[in-house]
Amino acid sequence: MIVAERKPLGEIREMVKDCKKIMVMGCGTCVAVCMAGGEKEVELLASQLRLAARKEGKSIEVIEETVTRQCDREYMEPVLDKARECEAVISTACGLGVQLLSDLIEEIPVYPGLNTRFIGTNEAEGVWKERCMMCGNCILGQTGGICPIAICPKGLVNGPCGGTNKGKCEVSPNKDCAWTLIYNRLEKQGKLDNIRQIFPPKKFGLHVNPITQVNPAYQHAQMEEGHA
Amino acid sequence: MPKFKEALNSGKFVITAEVGPPKGTDITETLENIDRIKNKVDAINSTDNQSSVMRIASLATCSIIRQKGGEPILQMTCRDRNRMGLESDLLGANILGIDNVLCLTGDYISVGDHLDAKPVFDIDSVQLVQMVRMMEQGMDIGGNKLNAPVHFCCGAIVTPEANPIGPQLMKYEKKVKAGIEFVQTQAIYDIDNFKKFMEYARKVNSNVKILAGIVLLTGAGMAKYMNANVPGIVVPDALIEELKSAEKGKAVQKGIEIAGRMIKRLKDEKICDGVHIMAIGREGVVPDILAAAGL
Repeated sequence: MIVAERKPLGEIREMVKDCKKIMVMGCGTCVAVCMAGGEKEVELLASQLRLAARKEGKSIEVIEETVTRQCDREYMEPVLDKARECEAVISTACGLGVQLLSDLIEEIPVYPGLNTRFIGTNEAEGVWKERCMMCGNCILGQTGGICPIAICPKGLVNGPCGGTNKGKCEVSPNKDCAWTLIYNRLEKQGKLDNIRQIFPPKKFGLHVNPITQVNPAYQHAQMEEGHA
Repeated sequence: MPKFKEALNSGKFVITAEVGPPKGTDITETLENIDRIKNKVDAINSTDNQSSVMRIASLATCSIIRQKGGEPILQMTCRDRNRMGLESDLLGANILGIDNVLCLTGDYISVGDHLDAKPVFDIDSVQLVQMVRMMEQGMDIGGNKLNAPVHFCCGAIVTPEANPIGPQLMKYEKKVKAGIEFVQTQAIYDIDNFKKFMEYARKVNSNVKILAGIVLLTGAGMAKYMNANVPGIVVPDALIEELKSAEKGKAVQKGIEIAGRMIKRLKDEKICDGVHIMAIGREGVVPDILAAAGL
């Protein structure tokens, strides 16, 4: 899932400091699970903004809405009219939600309430860890299900650097050395031969952003739309 | 044949030393150091933004070493340049008369002085060795023809005291497979341990020349600091005690003595093919270390 964290209140307040009526729009998917931008967090942010305005001797009306997913148009449509009645919208979705919402209500500024950070797994209550860099050329089959591109800060694909130390990374003793993890797991599986080959340089040409992906079943429809 | 390659193939005990380029355009001290050591060693490495601290380019420093009649080894890390940048610097190195390259990963940005810089690591040290070899065949890494090939004596590093050692050796074997001719190791202090590594390295490929890394110890504090903070460096307690026993102000002298003694033993017992001396920040004392080794 996508992991994000809330921006500091001061930064958010600054974005809407001249507004009298705004909407805070949450997202009920990834950012709700990582406790950054779901319904509860929308409620909290809205209250904080009302209090902050009052402290400044101003008044602000804050409408709270949370949709199932902000990365899908169909979930956003029912609340767009309400959003258009506001001077600004703060989206507490990831960067995808902020952008799609901006496209849908072009005349109203949409501000990000979160900083979008990574895609990761839930490791323990309240703990998320980055595990995939979306490189578009997965080698997890050879590396024992541990991604050296995501787990090694240098993204090394041919083994550890000289900074590895007792299973930890030179960047921080809190980070595991990806290559120690990979080596140990493959040793357990009797599959160290997987990584004795020299892996070729990464193909950054595969990822020229922004990428568009069309499911083959929809390619025809997409082409027709393009012609229309 | 380039001078350094000739030295490696001559069967003699090869000596290299490193200079760390300064941060800024005043190279007075660097020039003095180069002058002091250039005739005492077989080649001089120039480090490449060592410890992720921005300094004069390794390529520029190597060119100066060459101009002054020394034999430069271009240290090249993968941290600051993508494959194109590395390739064009390799071409540039060759036309400037720099015939030796040491391929390294490079420290991560966060250990240095440009914390918000983008870490590149487009390719890794193994792929960099492969790239050098490919360019020697007249082809760049994109598969495009060069109008004339490059020629390098190409080396890499290894950390014989890495913990755990398995993943480190697996990578070493890839470097050998990619075609390295020489190795300059991370600092070693326990020669008996190092002998075990040498047995292994000879088995992997006995043609690869191994130069043992000698980092000058400048005091017990420095030794303890390295033990605690530098991965893959283990200074035995006996050496720390020896440094402590030095008279006040004589710790560096003691360090020179220790380095000299180690080099002498490595040479006399024919343990490896040579040494690479890293007198970090005190490059001018390299001749004293060699004198202490009886060289």
